[in-house]
Amino acid sequence: MSKTIFDYSIKGRTGTTFPPREIEGEIGSVINSKFQRKENARLPEVTELECMRHYISLSHKNHFIEKGLYPLGSCTMKYNPKVHEAIVRHSCFNNIHPYQPEETLQGNLEILFELQEDLAEISGMAKVTLQPVAGAQGEFTGIKIIEAYHKAKGNTHKRKIIMPDSAHGTNPATCSLVGYEVVEIKSNEQGRVDLARLKELVDDDVAGFMLTNPNTLGLFENQIEEIAELIHSVDGLIYMDGANLNALLGIVQPGKIGFDVMHYNLHKTFTTPHGGGGPGCGPVGVVEKLVPYLPVPMINKNEDGYFFDYGHARTSIGKVHTFYGNFAIMLRAYLYIKMVGPDGLRKVSENAIINANYLMKKLEPHYHIQYQEYCMHEFVADGTWQKKNYGVSTLDIAKRLLDKGYHAPTVYFPLIVPEALMVEPTETESMESIDAFADAMIEIAEECKENPELLHDAPLTTPVRRADDVRAVKVLDVKYLIN
Amino acid sequence: MPYIPTTQAQRAEMLAAIGVSSFEELISAIPEKMRLKQELNLKPAVSELEITRSIQSKTCNNLCTGTANSFMGAGVYDHFIPAAVDTIVSRPEFFTAYTPYQAEVSQGTLQYIYEFQTMICELTGMEIANASMYDGASAVAEAILMSVRKNKLMKALVPATLNPEFFKVVKIYTEGIGIELETIPMSDGVTDLAALESMMDEKVSCVVMQSPNFFGNLEDGFAIEKIVRNNPKSLFISAVNPVSLAVLNAPSEYNADIVVGEGQVLGNSMYMGGPLFGFFASKLDLARMMPGRIVGGTLDKEGKRAYVLTLQAREQHIRREKATSNICSNQSLCVLAATIYMTLIGKEGLVEVATQSALKAHYLADEICKLPGFSMAFPKQDFFNEFVVSTPIPAAKIINLMKHRAIYPGVDMGRFKEDFVLLMDSRSGSGMTKDSVDSRSGSGMTKDSMDSRSGSGMTDIENRLMIAVTEKKTKADLDALVSALAEVTHV
Repeated sequence: MSKTIFDYSIKGRTGTTFPPREIEGEIGSVINSKFQRKENARLPEVTELECMRHYISLSHKNHFIEKGLYPLGSCTMKYNPKVHEAIVRHSCFNNIHPYQPEETLQGNLEILFELQEDLAEISGMAKVTLQPVAGAQGEFTGIKIIEAYHKAKGNTHKRKIIMPDSAHGTNPATCSLVGYEVVEIKSNEQGRVDLARLKELVDDDVAGFMLTNPNTLGLFENQIEEIAELIHSVDGLIYMDGANLNALLGIVQPGKIGFDVMHYNLHKTFTTPHGGGGPGCGPVGVVEKLVPYLPVPMINKNEDGYFFDYGHARTSIGKVHTFYGNFAIMLRAYLYIKMVGPDGLRKVSENAIINANYLMKKLEPHYHIQYQEYCMHEFVADGTWQKKNYGVSTLDIAKRLLDKGYHAPTVYFPLIVPEALMVEPTETESMESIDAFADAMIEIAEECKENPELLHDAPLTTPVRRADDVRAVKVLDVKYLIN
Repeated sequence: MPYIPTTQAQRAEMLAAIGVSSFEELISAIPEKMRLKQELNLKPAVSELEITRSIQSKTCNNLCTGTANSFMGAGVYDHFIPAAVDTIVSRPEFFTAYTPYQAEVSQGTLQYIYEFQTMICELTGMEIANASMYDGASAVAEAILMSVRKNKLMKALVPATLNPEFFKVVKIYTEGIGIELETIPMSDGVTDLAALESMMDEKVSCVVMQSPNFFGNLEDGFAIEKIVRNNPKSLFISAVNPVSLAVLNAPSEYNADIVVGEGQVLGNSMYMGGPLFGFFASKLDLARMMPGRIVGGTLDKEGKRAYVLTLQAREQHIRREKATSNICSNQSLCVLAATIYMTLIGKEGLVEVATQSALKAHYLADEICKLPGFSMAFPKQDFFNEFVVSTPIPAAKIINLMKHRAIYPGVDMGRFKEDFVLLMDSRSGSGMTKDSVDSRSGSGMTKDSMDSRSGSGMTDIENRLMIAVTEKKTKADLDALVSALAEVTHV
């Protein structure tokens, strides 16, 4: 059984040392005893080597981008350049206090100002806030901005936000948090918004519409002009979930085709590391009429240099982060945009789209693909043939992929495709690596026919076999029992 | 073009395999007129060598805390971080992985989160902790939201001593679903217990305490808890500094229900305030109400120990508009840094960090108060490693005068002037007039009365400097600040 760090703990060991106390005393000499803790927290007592061995051995149990293709749909698991890591760790970046005088932060502020401008150009939006620290927080910020706009116009009766049934789960959850009623609209047979149905749903109570474009089926929402006209006709606003922006760089500017507000996922499109789940960064761009509602502060410049601009505090939605957001993540995205340039960004999206279509074409004979058209940067295949003919589920297929050295695609999402396998290869994968991945998928399709049991058993070669999720809920074990 | 491996020849081959003659055919779904006709208006690409060079010139326009002698805190703190923390955090195995959706190839990430949850439970005395929130501010907000989910009451009492930046985030997160925020006045830099007692009623969902509070003062968790229990349904939320918990009461000792806080102090650099991470822990009966990811132990099909994301039925990808939160990620890499930090610093080490920080802070406070015109803003209160002093000239001026000496003497309280007014005004929500609220809570809520209520503490807010000390400061650093303060304020 794999040990926890607490199993290595022996009283008296330590992983670090401290200078002697220059100021004599004990805690009791400066703080009243009623505030003092009764017993020490039982943190580990190990040497640095034991700590290193333990966590390095844990690291070996992970799948990661440098190990192999990571085709999680809608997550854009592209390669993360190492120069970003070297630069971000510079002591003049990591050792900066947020309340330092602005004169001592000019380097940082210049970077943020340029990033705001660059992101605005990429999306065609008027202005961008960098403050939200995740995609979901970007959504929250964007929907708060929509709310603030309606409030300013006295339209407080607008309490509904419409979104397609293919939306990410964060979309409805965000609207609930802001206090909006969520109205779901079914997708049509082309995997797009059902325009006829939308016409029936739109009334004066509609505050906005949330749309991912390309949508979670990997398809471009080509009726956006009609949708925009409809929503704007009742003074509603259109939010774009930018999770799939990797398909649009240099090809489409969302701010120029009808979207009013959108978030970016710097950890997806702009290749900041996903970090095992975060930290991310979810900047939000808006069209001109929504600029007054952006969070405070913005980064601005005048003749004296760059500064934190609180000028619109009266109309702003306020703040969503303690300080200014995830600076270290913004810095990486800034570096990426500078190193890739305008021509490179266009190539990023072109190659992401080519890679996805190439892979889809290779898989088409072997896996059912519901929407038969060219995809954007990702596509949704599914395991319905395998399920129906051989009793093998998408979960089985996903687990078998792990045996072959790959991460699985996003599975069972979007919810409107049964047994969904949502695949996003990204532009940083080579033709050879996509060929190899396709071969593995095809091999699995064969195994489904010949040996379905193997699939039910998978994975066989991973650090642990299939883990029992049900037991984890029933017998809740969320912390180690320290002896 | 860096990072794109496809050659021209391969591109042609791939397009042919797809069955199209040009890339444009692939994007035929995009109406022609929506397509960008020209290149994005961005600067041309630069090489790794060039970007490294140009960044060098930008870093020179920063004066970092490492070079300066800094005493700034107010939410983030400059503690020592062992080198091995970054060695592990920099491993691509951890930093290029994503949320552990496929448990069988994510045991590394899942196990360190499980160990982190255990360490947070140890520090706080709570029974369950999640995999982290965005920051301390959103953790407080989510704690209030969880409390409302639990007892269906719609009023949250928030102390005037709460970090005002936290307050702003709490406000934006809670106003949407109609939670009524009321501010508990402060008295001499800590929560006014009599006022709290008068504000407790059957509508109170939760009471928030921050200790050390924004001003560095320690709050009496035992006394506050007693008052909270006046409403048996109300929950007690404690926001704490996790380093202080090495020596200060575990919140379980005063029976807190939910414990949250900013985790940056545990092994994470300041990075101008982000990324940060919030920790979130509670009693076990709230487990199914929690926001965010939670890792649980289980068995694999061969009976071997394994870790998975658990209690997922709470989350947005399953519950959608009925989820406990819209959060999808956690600050996993920051949590990894914290886990390695707590491991290396260890049981005795964290006590040493906390003790040295506190001893040095108290020495510095004593020395500063010997200077003419300086005194403690809240002389009666206990504090941990941060305190507010009254200054003979405006704090902003002191900071300005010390810039060329590369000393950051602390945080000017004047910068929060308007925030404190906002904090004081918050209770007037939900249709109650300001007057009616004022009379109900038994003390005025205007800016003037805020000053009088807090005694001498925060009147004349421009002349208040908040000073934080960590174990990194040497006695020479402390003495250098004292002599610099003497010099710049000498008339």
